[in-house]
Amino acid sequence: MATADIHITEGEHDHDHDHHGNFWTTYVFSTDHKMIAKQYLITGIFWALIGGTLSVIFRLQLGFPDADISWLKPLLGKWITEQGKLDPEFYLALVTMHGTIMVFFVLTAGLSGTFSNFLIPLQIGARDMASGFMNMLSYWAFALSSVVMFVSLFIETGPASGGWVIYPPLSALPQAVSGSGLGMTLWLVAMALFIVSQLLGGVNYIATVINMRTHGMSFSKLPLTIWAFFLTAVIGLLSFPVLLSAALLLIFDRSFGTSFYLSDIYIGGEALPNQGGSPILFQHLFWFLGHPEVYIVLLPALGITSEVVATNSRKPIFGYKAMIGSMLFIAILSFVVWAHHMFVSGMNPFLGSVFMLLTLIIAVPSAVKVFNYLTTLWRGNIRFTPAMLFAIGLVSFFISGGLTGIFLGNSAIDIQLHDTYFVVAHFHLVMGSASFFGMLCGVYHWFPKMFGRMMDNRLGYIHFWLTFVGVYMVFFPMHYIGIAGYPRRYYSFTNFDTLNSFSDLNMFVSIAAIFTFTAQLVFLFNFFHSIWRGRKATANPWESNTLEWTTPVVPGHGNWPGEIPKVYRWPYDYSKPGSKEDFIPQHIPFSMTPESNLPHENEMIKLEKEEDVNVVVVDDKKGH
Amino acid sequence: MFKVIIAIGVVLLVIILLTLFRIGTLVNVVKGTNKEKVGSSNKINAGLLLLFMFVAFGLFFWYSIVYFDDYTLPQASEHASSVDFAFWLTMGLTGVVFVVTNVLLFIFSFKYQHKEGGRGKFYPDNTKLEILWTVVPAITLAGLVLTGLSAWNNITSKASDDAEVVEVMGYQFAWGVRYPGNKDAELGAYDYRLIDASNQFGIDLTDENSYDDFMPLELHLPKGKEVLMKIRARDVIHSVFMPHFRVKMDAVPGMPTHFKFTPNKTTQEMRDELGDPEFDYFITCTEICGRGHFSMKLKVVIEEPEAYEAWKAEQPTWLKLNEDYLEKVPAEKRELAKIKAGIEDNTETEASL
Ligand code: HEM
Ligand SMILES: [Cu+2]
Ligand SMILES: [Cu+2]
Repeated sequence: MATADIHITEGEHDHDHDHHGNFWTTYVFSTDHKMIAKQYLITGIFWALIGGTLSVIFRLQLGFPDADISWLKPLLGKWITEQGKLDPEFYLALVTMHGTIMVFFVLTAGLSGTFSNFLIPLQIGARDMASGFMNMLSYWAFALSSVVMFVSLFIETGPASGGWVIYPPLSALPQAVSGSGLGMTLWLVAMALFIVSQLLGGVNYIATVINMRTHGMSFSKLPLTIWAFFLTAVIGLLSFPVLLSAALLLIFDRSFGTSFYLSDIYIGGEALPNQGGSPILFQHLFWFLGHPEVYIVLLPALGITSEVVATNSRKPIFGYKAMIGSMLFIAILSFVVWAHHMFVSGMNPFLGSVFMLLTLIIAVPSAVKVFNYLTTLWRGNIRFTPAMLFAIGLVSFFISGGLTGIFLGNSAIDIQLHDTYFVVAHFHLVMGSASFFGMLCGVYHWFPKMFGRMMDNRLGYIHFWLTFVGVYMVFFPMHYIGIAGYPRRYYSFTNFDTLNSFSDLNMFVSIAAIFTFTAQLVFLFNFFHSIWRGRKATANPWESNTLEWTTPVVPGHGNWPGEIPKVYRWPYDYSKPGSKEDFIPQHIPFSMTPESNLPHENEMIKLEKEEDVNVVVVDDKKGH
Repeated sequence: MFKVIIAIGVVLLVIILLTLFRIGTLVNVVKGTNKEKVGSSNKINAGLLLLFMFVAFGLFFWYSIVYFDDYTLPQASEHASSVDFAFWLTMGLTGVVFVVTNVLLFIFSFKYQHKEGGRGKFYPDNTKLEILWTVVPAITLAGLVLTGLSAWNNITSKASDDAEVVEVMGYQFAWGVRYPGNKDAELGAYDYRLIDASNQFGIDLTDENSYDDFMPLELHLPKGKEVLMKIRARDVIHSVFMPHFRVKMDAVPGMPTHFKFTPNKTTQEMRDELGDPEFDYFITCTEICGRGHFSMKLKVVIEEPEAYEAWKAEQPTWLKLNEDYLEKVPAEKRELAKIKAGIEDNTETEASL
């Protein structure tokens, strides 16, 4: 057993802290990881609503190109033209802000920020993050970034509109599109703050996981959620600085006359002096973050699902080691596939071959993960809690969207599919919807721990079914539209006689999008209603094995009132043959479960005795 | 109109939901909450998952088959078939995996739904199985990589020396095309600093090769002949996309790119094939480039080689259309320029060239 961990767990600390905070220190400038997690969650929900609303507006344009939408004038003002149409530049701004918000503000900050913060200390048995103060700074850097990004939506020249990938020269030249003026500046400032927030958070997550695990919680006993958050933080720490440097050089090009990305440009009736720069350089730098970013978004969702699927199948997660192995492998490989976004950028075709090979290799660990989920369900005793349904939905999206990645990773096929709606379908399923479902899954599952109350199950089911069906209705048809050659980021397809045969399908997609978006109101209602009015939760409502369920129903500052429980076993002893209950939490020593121990586990009993005599088990299941 | 429909829909939805919620709460109160581990909802959800599977797959197969011709594009270049082969091979393999894994997901969910007194099977791992399903995808993917690689290497290989050269330039918000001309087969040099309202390409008139270059308003290409398309951009990144030819390549300011392909169906042949007399090939832009991104369309005409040559011979040179630019031609080359540009129709001098 790993006993090398050093712990800072003086039990005396904290008891008297939690009652002394005033409103400001408790709810606003809190250093408690649980409160910070909730702050991230609420901010994430806010952004999801904004991001979703933007997509509904541009879907109106795509689905109903002839409709008069002057009724949106009160909201959009001059961005609605005289003819009652959306302004084409504003369309691009909407797409850009939608992508940026969803990827960074909702699924990076909202997902990792919420669950890494909430679960890392609770699941590894720590009183708080390594540095509560840094954690607080991380949230406030994010909040500041959010304010800047939000303000940029309302400025005269409109928000950034060069796509969420902000390729220069488009993003560098205000002459090229009006969003590249002040809007782009604010975008860059907001993203710089955002990166600061990510780095502060990431360092903290990593330090906490490495240093603050409770006694017995070796890496080989960590729940997969923690593994996922840990690797996500590592990826973020390695890749976000590269985005920062890319952004910095762009700022120089924009404001200080450098030519990192600019060369040979004639625009607005004049030839610019810049020479020798390379727009492709930016793409390399951007995607060096950009590709890992999709795993930053996805891995936490997969971690959450692993935990939820095991708990609700009442079975150990199948292939625990393989799950960790594939996540590690994915984390490493995610750094060497970035140029698959650039097959037709003019990059050397030989590089294209190399990146095709590496990209298709990364499909293998992803496949392994899917098979492991399926085998975990096999012969389970499945409880369909709302969280479980969202987990199953995630697996389905991960399969459907992951498979289309095999098309796009193939450079020959990508010639045709690059930047068409096929790509939009692909990443929305595998990254957007899967991660979004991971996030919802986590909210439903850990809501009782966050707020001490249960969310309403029935509303949860309704929410799931409307969303699950809705997401497929929105994104599945986009595959066909993409195969037919429709480019993305198009304001309208009416110019294309031969590409104009899909107006029905486009309308269908738009209606489905509005439907899906509306369905989220069910969630909102359930969420906020349950915070105050939900049924009171019990200590371990899902009969789960991980440590967070050994805390009081509403854990205070410091998480455990007494000593932190020690950990003896892995987190997946569900339905162990011989045991009375179908779950044995991590802090139950083997000496208490002789009836279900495997042979090598009986050996562990001796070690347990030697190690510590006064094990304090804080649990109502002491009787077993 | 559809405002109203949406509004009604939303209101109805909200009403239904609130009712359900209210009923649910009341039922809960009557029943006494949550005595059993799972309620009847477990069965319902399991059943719905199965139902979803059938309906969704039904729709998927129905649409994919019935509308096949609508969403697949005909091929109009020689390499198109290798791209499509890689595509459909991948579709076949991933299609099977898509169906099988999704079916397993929903069937397992349904079949192993909670049963009172039942228990999960404690089955933490199985090394053989795991190795198997690591190795099989790896081999399958290796196969896909190989087909992809061979197509890719073939497509991106060097163009032959006698390929028909044409230049395409993207700018906000249109495409310009330039041909090397009828007198020499070389595109003239250019410099972006020379661009002005008439000299859209920044043609460098000190280079003799530029005198006979011409810039028509459509892109014409011969059937059956290899074409080397030289691609550049003037302001921001654009991307040349010719869907029927399976051609796509970014147009990057400061970094010329190219794409080589061989058209193999004339416009007329494609019209006949599609039964659409109005049909025209086109180039469109697939890299976001600003306000008019969606409208960067250029008509492409594929003709039999003879027709193509005839069309080419008719095209006036740029210099001929912009005679005042003769001033920019260095004095000693002006005569030559006039001849090459077809301004002075002197067959004698021409013959002596
Ligand atoms: C209500 C649900 C959503 C709808 C209807 C929707 C729809 C769309 C559509 C149609 C586009 C392409 C627009 C175009 O290319 O012209 C798009 C772009 C995008 N969406 Fe979504 N989306 C939704 C949710 C999400 C989520 C959850 C994510 C999170 C990853 C996301 C991330 C993106 C990104 C990254 C882009 C690309 C933006 C760009 O081209 O710069 N979307 N969305
Ligand atoms: Cu990628
Ligand atoms: Cu363009």
